[in-house]
Amino acid sequence: MSPHPTYLLDRARLADSHTLKVARENGAYAAFEKILNDKPDPKEVTEVVKTSGLRGRGGAGFPTGLKWSFMPDASKDSRPRYMAVNADESEPGTCKDRVLLREDPHGLLEGCLIAGYAMGLDAVYIYVRGEYRLPYRRMQDAIDEARAAGLIGKNILGKGFDLEIHMHQGAGAYICGEETGLMESLEGKRGHPRPKPPFPAGFGLWGKPTTVNNVESIFNVPFIMTHGAAWFRGFGTEKSPGNFLCGISGHVAKPGVYEVPLGITAREILEQYAGGVWKGRKLKGWFPGGSSTGIVPADLIDTPMDHDSIKGIGSMFGTGAMIMLDETACVVRASEVLARFYDHESCGQCSQCREGTQWLNQIFHRIENGQGTMADVDLLESLSRGMTPGKTICALSDAAAIPTLAVIKHFRDEIVEHIHKGCCPLKGGSGRAPAADRTEVHA
Amino acid sequence: MALPETLVAEFDRMVQKYPERRSALIPAIHRCQEELGGWVSPETMEDLAAYFGLEPVDVYGVVTFYPMFRTKPPGKHVVSVCHNISCDLRGAEGILAKVCEVTGAKVGGTSADGKFTVERVECQGACANAPMFDLDGVYHEDLDDAKVAKILGGLQ
Ligand SMILES: Cc1cc2nc3c(=O)[nH]c(=O)nc-3n(C[C@H](O)[C@H](O)[C@H](O)COP(=O)(O)O)c2cc1C
Ligand code: SF4
Ligand code: FES
Repeated sequence: MSPHPTYLLDRARLADSHTLKVARENGAYAAFEKILNDKPDPKEVTEVVKTSGLRGRGGAGFPTGLKWSFMPDASKDSRPRYMAVNADESEPGTCKDRVLLREDPHGLLEGCLIAGYAMGLDAVYIYVRGEYRLPYRRMQDAIDEARAAGLIGKNILGKGFDLEIHMHQGAGAYICGEETGLMESLEGKRGHPRPKPPFPAGFGLWGKPTTVNNVESIFNVPFIMTHGAAWFRGFGTEKSPGNFLCGISGHVAKPGVYEVPLGITAREILEQYAGGVWKGRKLKGWFPGGSSTGIVPADLIDTPMDHDSIKGIGSMFGTGAMIMLDETACVVRASEVLARFYDHESCGQCSQCREGTQWLNQIFHRIENGQGTMADVDLLESLSRGMTPGKTICALSDAAAIPTLAVIKHFRDEIVEHIHKGCCPLKGGSGRAPAADRTEVHA
Repeated sequence: MALPETLVAEFDRMVQKYPERRSALIPAIHRCQEELGGWVSPETMEDLAAYFGLEPVDVYGVVTFYPMFRTKPPGKHVVSVCHNISCDLRGAEGILAKVCEVTGAKVGGTSADGKFTVERVECQGACANAPMFDLDGVYHEDLDDAKVAKILGGLQ
């Protein structure tokens, strides 16, 4: 079906792909075993990941190999060292890591083992959002199976290499996906992000050197080690190599998680994979990479899906999760839903974010309900400018402000129409009932 | 009240995973909520505090920070309907209304017979299968009214 070559989901499509037997028969752990046999200098492994150009799939697109190289030199720093795999997956629209956790847990474990070798880790913690019960169970079963087969623990496969891999369950807070919030949460505390510096590589989990990577980032690593950095660069673009898992949701005929090369146009994903806009309607706008990336209008649908191209149209690649809005959708309503979300999820440490998200929520709510004024548009803008960029401990504040600025930039007319008509001109258009019981704005 | 011995034995194993015991607190709260009536009572918080060597207020601070933890007893079944963007675009509000109709519960409340608690939740990471809800820890996806009636109507 896919016109482009794939590698990420090939194994996941097989029956019982989550079992050690099927995974191993289909290549899992081969790259790791080769490393254990050849015993390359761990720095060389990091170097291969660096050369591959792999960029983090958790939202920021930071080069993975470079991040690994920030870990202090083990010969000079004898403290225990850790990796936390970020499986919190809570950015609205994003639903890709779940597929990997559930269908190919051994692929992720192999990535953890290779990362463990490269960075000389003592233990890896896989932080899974609490609601992902089946994916958690699949991962835990995979760890148990791998441990019984001598692939995890002490003296792995008799080669003198040790690594522990543990599962950890979150409890439903978006902010725990932010890497320092995640570390606090893993330490059994509220998920309050930490000011940076210090950075995790120097002072992470329990104050020890730590690397945080997204599930899909780590999942790419065994393929890179098996086939080499040059092979990996055969997929995607020069600055954003590889394939990525595109979760596409909203008003499309076939929503789903599709494996595509970076640099493919958003139109090709929409039309060739997701079956086009549903119900024969036209596209109005789309979020390129999750709810924190600013919405862009339909006429930008020919933009390539890679970090630089999406940045070029004033948005962000984010998690690559495309959310599509058809011509009947209301962008004010969409903004209201998201503002409500960021208000709910702000941890409250920074006043700009705590107050700002609450205000954005209230303002979008009143505009959507026909009680907005023209002054509200200016207020949305000035509030958002006070919330970004880099004014707060973490980027949740930016995540709320940037989409607000984007919707004003591209859809000002629709916002103004709400204000002038004193109601939502599109109400009921996408078949939804009004939210009469809307949860109260909390302090 | 003290924590059941089986849970304590589980916690004793859980804390081994981490260099510091406190790291097992959130997974331990989950286990308490699962085994002790679907919520975390003040007594449970005190017991957990004693187990982890914390003040009860520390445990309270954690319990109330995380949306998955409840400080009031829920109905026999809990239906958590996602109302975030991808689900909203595909009719989550209609699904929520249907859930309320079938269960007789109001949003954020429990039905008079104590059988159902219905709540709104944020994105559950199932956006490509929207709209969806979680019923007692299991996802139900690609919902429509008929599916909702079928899933919830037959529950004991
Ligand atoms: C509010 C907020 C929420 C985030 N949620 C997630 C998440 O659920 N999963 C994730 O992998 N990264 C998330 N991130 C990004 C992480 O902070 C971090 O950059 C990422 O896990 C690093 O992994 P990568 O380099 O492999 O992409 C979030 C960031 C912010 C600011
Ligand atoms: S920006 Fe918001 S979420 Fe992030 S630390 Fe500050 S208050 Fe908390
Ligand atoms: S928006 Fe409902 S599961 Fe993501």
